[in-house]
Amino acid sequence: MTAPELSTPRERIRSGRMRRNAERWSWLFMRFSGALLLVLIFTHLFVNLMTGDGVQQIDFAFVAGKWASPLWKVWDLLMLVLAMIHGGNGMRLLINDYAHRPRVRTFLLWLLGIAVVVVIVLGSLVIFTFDPCPLDASGDLLSGVPDFCKDVR
Amino acid sequence: MTPAPTLYRGHEGMWMWLVHRATGVAIFFFLLIHVTDTALVRVSPEAYNEVIDSYKTPIYGLIEAGLVAAIILHAFNGLRIIAVDNSTWALRHQRKLAWAVWVIFVVLMAGFLPRHLMHVFGGA
Repeated sequence: MTAPELSTPRERIRSGRMRRNAERWSWLFMRFSGALLLVLIFTHLFVNLMTGDGVQQIDFAFVAGKWASPLWKVWDLLMLVLAMIHGGNGMRLLINDYAHRPRVRTFLLWLLGIAVVVVIVLGSLVIFTFDPCPLDASGDLLSGVPDFCKDVR
Repeated sequence: MTPAPTLYRGHEGMWMWLVHRATGVAIFFFLLIHVTDTALVRVSPEAYNEVIDSYKTPIYGLIEAGLVAAIILHAFNGLRIIAVDNSTWALRHQRKLAWAVWVIFVVLMAGFLPRHLMHVFGGA
């Protein structure tokens, strides 16, 4: 049996052309962030879906209760940033593999970059500016806020 | 015409490569949606609760189960990739490790799925 003949390989995407070690850092980041995300996300899923009433318990008061602790704020922020960069970098590799037309590739890479930045900024703002006890126009607590809001006021 | 088999094509490594890409893309798009729905806590408790309530319906409950399945596969296949990159023992046993990923997947899903489905369909 003869070995299968290789057709001319496509030219490699030179995404590391700006910084010589860019792809090496990308490779390293995927490994370290991946291992860390495994711990962060499995804990997140366990606490939110396995403990208590699982998915049924999730509402505004549940989120407010978690974010009353700085630990969960840092936890969710770390998850947000690492997961978006890890996922965004993975999508970049797929775009480089499958989008052969230069214009399409450039467009998709820009779209991806904007999506990643927007989601990280949006998510961070939500975590940092979260108000567990929002009031309506007349100064009363909105419905759906956690019970501890009554004690705080 | 079917391409001739090679060391790689059609074996565990190739299928895990495909699984890793497919689950990665699925998780990425879910993440975009998930951050956006969580952002509704800054709109109002009602707006957030209304959208999150849809996650508790049977159809979304099943999609969540699929998402958890994707995350488990991606996570443990990721560990396999790290192991194969860093150790010749793992490189020699990468096929067995691919099956180990599926064993871990079955064990974790056996722990998660009954409880999650009871939460979604009632009875817990």
